[in-house]
Amino acid sequence: MSASRFTLHRLWAIVLKEFIQMKRDRVTFGMMVGIPLMQLMLFGFAINSDPKHLPTALRAADQGPFARTLVAALSTSGYFTLTHEAATEAEAHRLLQLGEVQFVINIPEDFSRRLLRGERPSLLIEADATDPSATGPALNAVRAIADHVLDRDLTGPLARLRAKAGPIDLQLHAHYNPENITQYNVVPGLMGVVLTMTMVIITALAITRERERGTMENLLSTPVRPFEVMLGKILPYIVVGYIQVTLILVAAHFVFHVPMIGSLLLLYAVSLLFIAANLAMGITFSTLAKNQLQAVQMAFFFFLPSILLSGFMFPFRGMPEWAQWVGSILPNTHYLRIVRGILLKGNGLTEIAPHLWPLLAFLVVAMAIGVKRYRQTLD
Amino acid sequence: MSDPPAAASPGSDFAIDVTGVTKRFGSKTVVNAIDLRVRRGEIYGFLGPNGSGKTTFIRMLCGLLTPDAGTGTCLGYDVRAQQSDIKRHVGYMTQKFSYYEDLSIRENLDFIARLYNLPDRRSAVQCSLERLGLANRSHQLAGQLSGGWKQRLSLAACLIHSPQLLLLDEPTAGVDPKARREFWDEIHRLAAEGLTVLITTHYMDEAERCHRLAYLAYGKLLTHGTLDDVLASVRLTTWSVTGPDLLELAKKIRGLPGIEQVVAFGTTLHVSGRDAAALEASLTCVRDPRHEWKKIRSGLEDVFISLMDSAKDNFA
Repeated sequence: MSASRFTLHRLWAIVLKEFIQMKRDRVTFGMMVGIPLMQLMLFGFAINSDPKHLPTALRAADQGPFARTLVAALSTSGYFTLTHEAATEAEAHRLLQLGEVQFVINIPEDFSRRLLRGERPSLLIEADATDPSATGPALNAVRAIADHVLDRDLTGPLARLRAKAGPIDLQLHAHYNPENITQYNVVPGLMGVVLTMTMVIITALAITRERERGTMENLLSTPVRPFEVMLGKILPYIVVGYIQVTLILVAAHFVFHVPMIGSLLLLYAVSLLFIAANLAMGITFSTLAKNQLQAVQMAFFFFLPSILLSGFMFPFRGMPEWAQWVGSILPNTHYLRIVRGILLKGNGLTEIAPHLWPLLAFLVVAMAIGVKRYRQTLD
Repeated sequence: MSDPPAAASPGSDFAIDVTGVTKRFGSKTVVNAIDLRVRRGEIYGFLGPNGSGKTTFIRMLCGLLTPDAGTGTCLGYDVRAQQSDIKRHVGYMTQKFSYYEDLSIRENLDFIARLYNLPDRRSAVQCSLERLGLANRSHQLAGQLSGGWKQRLSLAACLIHSPQLLLLDEPTAGVDPKARREFWDEIHRLAAEGLTVLITTHYMDEAERCHRLAYLAYGKLLTHGTLDDVLASVRLTTWSVTGPDLLELAKKIRGLPGIEQVVAFGTTLHVSGRDAAALEASLTCVRDPRHEWKKIRSGLEDVFISLMDSAKDNFA
């Protein structure tokens, strides 16, 4: 049958129609551009995985010079800001309970005396560890401080109390982001998150809207093929996706000074696969949903794991194996690694190739389900 | 466009020729073994109460739905196997306005013309704009049009690819009388040019403008033929009464043996029933010299309501 073959002119008819509708719907188009910028500014500046200046209470039973040096060193580390003085243990615990302070530093009364005697006095730091990521970096910093802060005070005969060098000369090189700047991680990651959100939702609505408004019945009664409709709805939004990618990259460079070591051309090329995968997912949702509300809900259920299990918010390798397995299906997981790889590590095509196949597989499966489901729209 | 395959017979007298067409949704049979033949160039009226299966039947004719049972051809193409050929030669106007409200009239027509890959698209669009008097509104958005203009746009859009068969699903619902009359004049002009039209409607005056009629209820075809055939198919006797206190009279006679319908028309009352003898027997009991009784020809509406009531008896 000649009418059942794919034709470019019908595809072009759909593409043109979508562009005209996009042009008329200024609010949606504005949101497609506004949302990425808003989220970038919001999260780019807001998210910090290395929190500093945490409120701290001091319960100092010993006001000696050693104790003072110690407290001063903790303050200058930047992690601790002394906000409260606690006279008793009960008072200190109450401050923790109320959430007034993140830490309590306890210096026992015979601290200096026992130190001079070489009795290794204890210094107790209590933390409100309900959120481990808030206290973790600070507690790590404490160890290094405690080991060497008193070196300058321990002179002459006291020098024997200094910490001895360990048996190993430990060297740490934090590659790609030595200063541990959160934005280097978050801003490239946001690219995948923003694209997932806007691309899936916008196309999830595309076919559902046609069905709700009754225009679908009309489309189905013309010779247009399902694949032409889907592709015709995807192509215009690929353009929108690229506008978003560009906006984020420009902001990443000029506002957040994220290093861009690898090839931007390569990044643009592989972004096509990711954008198309998300659009196909959205189209598939819109063939499953009965109305626009359901379509948005489905998009949301896809969006949550794309943020939480992809390695955007939490370390991917920290998840149990089954969760990593779920995460590996999601396009955002692979796209995140590709973007971070290209921008921060200067990865080339060979390094990112292992992440291209999963994206391609996802695209093909989503598209196949979408086309198959679309056929049954009326029957 | 390619030539129709050899198996099809576009030269045949019938634009629609189907037998035993059935469609079920779950356990509900929406269209039950319908046989229908529509001659080329004919205006065929499709009537029946809401939910009687008219829309479903039309959707099967234009290739949107596949029948669960039954065979037949539409324009010589098999309704089960050659749906994409059917789509290219049929114009289908849906019950609800189904063009894009955020596109202008011209953009809508242009979109449809592209989907059919019309050879001279620009002039086809211009031509259809002019034929239906849409030319000076062509830049207006479809969403801002009134009911009558939306209907014209729909008609223009489903005619743009010069179909041989037009399937119109309640095209005149919610359209004012003048626009309706113009619409029907256009339909008759098209039929005179050789187009076959299958049209569903709830308006009796429109039914009378069709060459042939079919009446559908509960998924079954109850009667079909010309207006006279349909009127004759139900042996309905109708009396017309004029005089004072008709409302009281109506109350009194409703429910008497043989009296099936009592309908008030301004200053007259129409009383009808299928059993003429029982009807007359009941009427003699209530004769009042103040009233004038006259036996009249039953109307289409009376016939249809009688058909529907008897169908309900059979299916309930």
